Amino acid sequence: MAEPLFSVRGLKVALPDMARKPLIGRAPKIEILKGLDFGLPRESVTGIVGESGSGKSTLGRALVRLIEPTGGTVNFDGRDITHLPERELKPLRRNLQMIFQDPMSSLNPRRTIGAIIAAPLKQNGMGDDLKDRIAQALKRVGLPEGFAARYRHELSGGQRQRVGIARVLALSPTFVLADEIVSGLDVSTQAQILTLLEKLADEMGLTVAFISHDLSVVRRLCRQVIVMREGVIVEAGQTDALFADPQESYTRDLIAAIPLPVFDPHWLDR
Amino acid sequence: MSGCLDIKGLSAVLPNGARVLRSVSLTVQPGEVRALVGESGAGKSMIGKALLGVLPPIVRIVDGSIALEGVDLGGLSPKKRRTMIGEKTALIPQDPLTALNPSRRVGPQMTDRLTKILGWESARADARIRQLLDEVRIRDPDRVMRAYPHELSGGMRQRVLIAAAFAAEPRLIVADEPTTALDVTVQKQILRLIADMQRERGTAILFITHDLGVVAKISQNVSVLYAGKVVEEADTEALFAAPGHAYTKALMLATPSYTDPLASLKPVDEAVLAGLASEIALADRDWDALHG
Repeated sequence: MAEPLFSVRGLKVALPDMARKPLIGRAPKIEILKGLDFGLPRESVTGIVGESGSGKSTLGRALVRLIEPTGGTVNFDGRDITHLPERELKPLRRNLQMIFQDPMSSLNPRRTIGAIIAAPLKQNGMGDDLKDRIAQALKRVGLPEGFAARYRHELSGGQRQRVGIARVLALSPTFVLADEIVSGLDVSTQAQILTLLEKLADEMGLTVAFISHDLSVVRRLCRQVIVMREGVIVEAGQTDALFADPQESYTRDLIAAIPLPVFDPHWLDR
Repeated sequence: MSGCLDIKGLSAVLPNGARVLRSVSLTVQPGEVRALVGESGAGKSMIGKALLGVLPPIVRIVDGSIALEGVDLGGLSPKKRRTMIGEKTALIPQDPLTALNPSRRVGPQMTDRLTKILGWESARADARIRQLLDEVRIRDPDRVMRAYPHELSGGMRQRVLIAAAFAAEPRLIVADEPTTALDVTVQKQILRLIADMQRERGTAILFITHDLGVVAKISQNVSVLYAGKVVEEADTEALFAAPGHAYTKALMLATPSYTDPLASLKPVDEAVLAGLASEIALADRDWDALHG
């Protein structure tokens, strides 16, 4: 088996705790990630689940190096990127992409959709044939070419998230971090966006870290799962095996708390 | 027989003529939890706001009636109507952080409703809130009442608002997506708490949600809303056993489910949407015939 795209050893991240910051002086550090070991296999979707405050978003941000880890190592495609300075990270950025949770706030309201998709292409030296690339990116996510001339506010929530995906995939990245990308959407729109992501990840051979609080979604979409709680990995493994036989009581509790769309008046009393 | 809440043929429009509610009828019997399910923009919250008398001014009701315990709200003077709504109903909002004033302590915000609207004496209001905080299993009511909203966790804030909603013993509670912002484990605790308190008191609840999973666990009856129109109404057990409307069935297939992952997360079929569009067009033709 090929070596994983990401190999992470003893990953620690500490961030300033603004709630305890004195009026003058530095905020004390609080440890968010407390030494994580895991790998992300190539061309595969890995789910990262946990409740709010478990550190799953911080973990994602450390992977794409929006945050510099305070301890441990992050190996990306055989290269240690843990403390790589921004100058050396720049050529790698094209392959370390991120789809955001809220397309409303991550798409510039004053630029056309076409310009929004073009900006990262230009930054990453893919500024040739822009028009074609934009048209192709829109087509890939099932939007008509004419959308390039529209603005954010003219789109529905689902269409906006399609643009978010199009912008990232136009770069043909190796790795995509998807952080709660459907949490603001309706169930029917959520289903469309997730089946689209599933199809594109498969076609383009993407490696995806899919951060979600929804275990049902992860069950459907991800081959592997990492369950987090309070900055540590509680349990990790193949999705099928983990759902069939969760080893940790925390994982069992998380699964049991999901309200399935099946009539059950006694579920609340269990 | 009249229910706790009777909405009959409620229709509402925006100034540009856009229809937000299309002849909505629904009843909530005393002690019943009725789920009002639909996607964003379907008009779920609009119905809740209409019965609480807090519709945004641009929404105009053009037809229909709302009755609380058999009394038609439209037939009352504005002052009487406000008093009646204040005494008989309460709201559990979606986002406790925006529902609470960030610059005031939690305690006075909870007693306000009792003292200012219902005219209770402050000592009595204080005692009642303390009792309710105990009931929602907040172990340290004094600390919570002195706290500012940001000092409490999301689950704790929602408990506070549930306590406040039940404090004046309303007959009907509108719960507007009360667990959408919470983690699954906290969601389950909160749902159970609402169900326990509701059963004990026989309070009727109009439970607004987009999550069919939540509907399946908390409600006895369901109304499915699409584009301001009730497309299906059924008791919860029957609805999940055999959804009658193609849209309800499509929503169920779109809902993620870990037990049968391949049969879930199915995008809604184009044919279903086309069917809905013609159903709405038909309803609008009836509307035009009625209102000219």
